[in-house]
Amino acid sequence: MDYILQQSLNALQLGSIYALIALGYTMVYGILTMINFAHGDLFMVGAFFCFIVATFLKLSFIPTLLISMIGVALLGVAIERVAYRPLRQAPRVSAVITALGVGILLESVMLVIFPYPQSVPTLLPNITWTIGGVTISLLQVIIICLSIGLMLLLDFIVRRTMVGMAMRAISWDKVIVPLMGVPLNLIISVTFALGTSLGAAAGVMYSQAFPVIDPYMGVLIGWKAFISAVVGGIGNIRGAMIGGFILGAVEIMVVAFFPSTYRDFVAFTLLLVLLIFRPYGILGQPRPQKV
Amino acid sequence: MLLQAKHVTHYFGGLCAVSDFNLEVQKGELIGIIGPNGAGKTTVFNLITGVYKATQGSIQFEGQELVGRKPNEITTLGIARTFQNIRLFKELSVLNNVRIAAYSQTNYNPLEALLHAGRFNSAEQKDIDTAMDLLAVFQMDNFADEASKNLPYGLQRRLEIARAMATKPKLLLLDEPAAGINPNEIVQLMEFIQWIRRQFDLTIILIEHQMRLVMNICERIKVLDFGATIAEGFPIEIQHNPKVMEAYLGEGGEL
Repeated sequence: MDYILQQSLNALQLGSIYALIALGYTMVYGILTMINFAHGDLFMVGAFFCFIVATFLKLSFIPTLLISMIGVALLGVAIERVAYRPLRQAPRVSAVITALGVGILLESVMLVIFPYPQSVPTLLPNITWTIGGVTISLLQVIIICLSIGLMLLLDFIVRRTMVGMAMRAISWDKVIVPLMGVPLNLIISVTFALGTSLGAAAGVMYSQAFPVIDPYMGVLIGWKAFISAVVGGIGNIRGAMIGGFILGAVEIMVVAFFPSTYRDFVAFTLLLVLLIFRPYGILGQPRPQKV
Repeated sequence: MLLQAKHVTHYFGGLCAVSDFNLEVQKGELIGIIGPNGAGKTTVFNLITGVYKATQGSIQFEGQELVGRKPNEITTLGIARTFQNIRLFKELSVLNNVRIAAYSQTNYNPLEALLHAGRFNSAEQKDIDTAMDLLAVFQMDNFADEASKNLPYGLQRRLEIARAMATKPKLLLLDEPAAGINPNEIVQLMEFIQWIRRQFDLTIILIEHQMRLVMNICERIKVLDFGATIAEGFPIEIQHNPKVMEAYLGEGGEL
């Protein structure tokens, strides 16, 4: 029993990271119908921001997190402006290929600056509590609470504020939203800023949990977060959160009961089966097109 | 002069969709644009509202050039429109459809919304009140929380107009307001259009196929065919114009 509880906690931790990154994929998809394949690499840049700020400026956790989120948000907005906006009317495949290119560019630039894996300083005191047979670390508590807090904040922005309403409207009909007096480009920039800053937050927290980072760390995590977003129903914000936690749970439970080499095999098989039965994801809805 | 279009020409690739279109609209007028399918009527609306950028020519609204401006800027200047095929935000509630059109009137950003929850709440409540007042004027306030896709067709049309009014326009462009409405409701629709015109002190340009509607309420009519203006004038002149009859009914036809 304790073992299962312990693993559930680990699952929540991993799931929150996936969910935070998945939100970035799903938001950009919702608003531009493109997959921002550079998003996993922005997560990696977030981790490196954390490394740089913590190592050279020696700031504590909160300022490091904020600087990292703001830095990556600016980078995300700049990428949209320079690489994606000129392709807004282009076929979506071209935009997706551009995103892959931007991702490889980010990896390569980081590889030039940091050719070797770097070790991120620990920013949080190593406190653990033992309740019953379950061990909880301060880091785990912070990762889970902060992630859920950020998700609630995003949910509030999307559901309650005017900018959020504009985002949802754009995901339905890009052509007419500007005719309501809504500045389309500004809303798209805000979407990128929000999505990428959540990815950066995930990067900072991940680099605290697994402190050795390298420029390719975003590739596999990015893929998994993307799959979380698809499982939840791409374009759906609550779906991305659910998808992230499901993938986290499946992975941890596989490792808990089977050899760890089975992890990705079982996880991805389950996801394939789920998509056969729910092709639009858990919360996704088919959008019928008139023929 | 509220709106002045001069020598507006628009090409889609090699196809000339609108050629040498000229229009002068005085404040308070109600003008009709008619013409067979594919005549370029909706394209004219798309050019005025900035959805398309005119290949040549100039469109001025209260002396300001519109060609080259973004659609949201043009909306903010005071031009709103409805669509031939209803284009509401289907999943959003009736209330939120109207609120989103008040975007340029809201005075808080998301950061403020988070930092000053108090001011946000009062600002948000003010937005909701304004939107509810508008819905009440259109007698739709009791549907406020309904998803707009669940409304019957006629109410969806009315909501589209209410939404357009939320942007506080001086000029309203109605694209086939009678599409899909049965002939018995045409009289009601005519009264409704006259009523919003008085109520909001509006200037209106409307595109329509229903001759009865156009001939009854428009003060001046412009007839397009294959992108070119083939006639313009008072309804009575248009009714007896041989070119118009030909475009609509073939040679020898009568309206």
